[in-house]
Amino acid sequence: MAVTLDQTIAQKQHSFLSRMLSSQTFWVVIAVILACLFLSVATDAFATQKNLYNITRNITFVAIVALGMTFVIITGGIDLSVGSVLCLCSMVLAVTMHAGYSIEVGILATIVTALAIGAFNGMLIAYLDFPPFVVTLGMLSVARSLAMVASNNTVVFQFGPDHDKLLALGGGAWLFGIANPVLYMIILALITGFILRWTKFGRHIFAIGGNEHAATLTGVPVRQIKVAVYMISALSAGLAGIIETGWLGAVTTNIGTGMELQVIAATVIGGANLAGGVGTALGAIVGAALIEVIRNSLGLLGINAFWQGTFIGGAIILAVLFDRIRNFRRSD
Amino acid sequence: MGGLRLVSVLELANISKHFGAIQAVNDVSFTLEAGQVVGLMGDNGAGKSTLVKMIAGNFRPSHGTMHLDGKELILHKPAEARQHGIEIVHQDLALCNNLTAAANVYLGRELRRGIGPLRILDYAAMYKRAGQLFAELKSETRPRDLVKQMSGGQRQAVAIARTMLSQAKIVLMDEPTAAISVRQVAEVLNLIRHLRDQGIAVVLISHRMPDVFDVADRVIVMRRGRKVADKKIASSSPEEVTGLITGAIEQVA
Repeated sequence: MAVTLDQTIAQKQHSFLSRMLSSQTFWVVIAVILACLFLSVATDAFATQKNLYNITRNITFVAIVALGMTFVIITGGIDLSVGSVLCLCSMVLAVTMHAGYSIEVGILATIVTALAIGAFNGMLIAYLDFPPFVVTLGMLSVARSLAMVASNNTVVFQFGPDHDKLLALGGGAWLFGIANPVLYMIILALITGFILRWTKFGRHIFAIGGNEHAATLTGVPVRQIKVAVYMISALSAGLAGIIETGWLGAVTTNIGTGMELQVIAATVIGGANLAGGVGTALGAIVGAALIEVIRNSLGLLGINAFWQGTFIGGAIILAVLFDRIRNFRRSD
Repeated sequence: MGGLRLVSVLELANISKHFGAIQAVNDVSFTLEAGQVVGLMGDNGAGKSTLVKMIAGNFRPSHGTMHLDGKELILHKPAEARQHGIEIVHQDLALCNNLTAAANVYLGRELRRGIGPLRILDYAAMYKRAGQLFAELKSETRPRDLVKQMSGGQRQAVAIARTMLSQAKIVLMDEPTAAISVRQVAEVLNLIRHLRDQGIAVVLISHRMPDVFDVADRVIVMRRGRKVADKKIASSSPEEVTGLITGAIEQVA
């Protein structure tokens, strides 16, 4: 009897394969691969080096912000301000460097700005129990307005003495011809994956999303962690802003408009649950990839660009639909 | 009471608690002994949960003293109760459905290995120890399974295993059998016996007469904030306890 009990306890219920087949991220990867294969066959322009370079690089800005958003969504929150925060951070970098400061000072100012905004959002949400939706919606408006104030709503395209360094940082390809933004994305994804899977902080983020009350009762520092996730989200928007500024070589106050939708879409399509408790770094990247491939293919297939929103919105609804279907099956 | 004196772990003397003009608990004294299960019964509003919340550090008594192992016990918050070896199994179990059984057992006390900032979660050690705890509890609960997929009895096992991580002296259980199936109730009562066999004092708050008479050694009945009975299960009966709860019987020695 004791032996069978021990065996039962030691048994792993799910094999690696069954776990993979039941993960949304896996099926989105399949969808991306199938879409790429189809496009390679159906169009001449898709599988060209230039187009692939464009796609991988376009994925990165949404993906980097989606990595930060993943933390917030796992706790059951939402951050609508990321697009505007990206804009404000780009502008802070641009204005600081335009004023003659070095790239190091510019980046430092940008990161401090991002963290301050994240801390502000997080404090209101964690300590004053504001709904995340309301706080970050307010910040969406505030941050973009501050970006306009900082730049007087002009285009900044001269970045002072370190102009070339900034452009190389964002636009270069320092390793094997892979665009720099892609490298940053991979590094940040690895860090995110590590934090979520291997640290106490990551474990507590999942606990808060699963059952906040239980997390509180068992001594998890819920409030501090909530502040931290909004700071991470804002920081990821700030980093994406720095990289995008270097890539584009110019900043307008339109940068990042509507990006929150794409970022949340990427996270959800990649398998994160808006109700909290579920999400992965790989999912955020893969979700961003699917969105970009859809976007890219519409152009290549000669479909009117106005359809873009319909397809991306449809993909979000489809992703949530799959999640619903899985839950129905489980409850049966 | 007479008979053999057991080692008393917790001693409450003349404990009262009032919220404004409302007297929730009035002059209650009793002792908890190691390896004994005490059923705490009473109607809604009788003061059971206020009493337990004082032992768990949620409230401070208005009057009276508590002694743990002979030393005076003053608790300011629940974490201090835990440090003193007083663990609670909450009525809703306080489990995260999206985490594994082992992760729930170790929630807030995760084991880590490595040094400095690079300390990572020690999955292997947590799975192993959680597995041992489930084996001790004779519960078919797999440490790697998500709590979401578990039966009511297994969920109870996870919540109870949590109390066994540190050397608990007292485990307070709030209605552990309120919302589960008959078969699972038997499972939970077995878990309680295992805690008792390890020398832990268990306080079982319950509305279910059969459960208390099945597993408890003693029963304490509360009515309107007062202790109206404190006697051995063997010398009581469900009829008597029902009478005490409703007030049909005023008080027994």
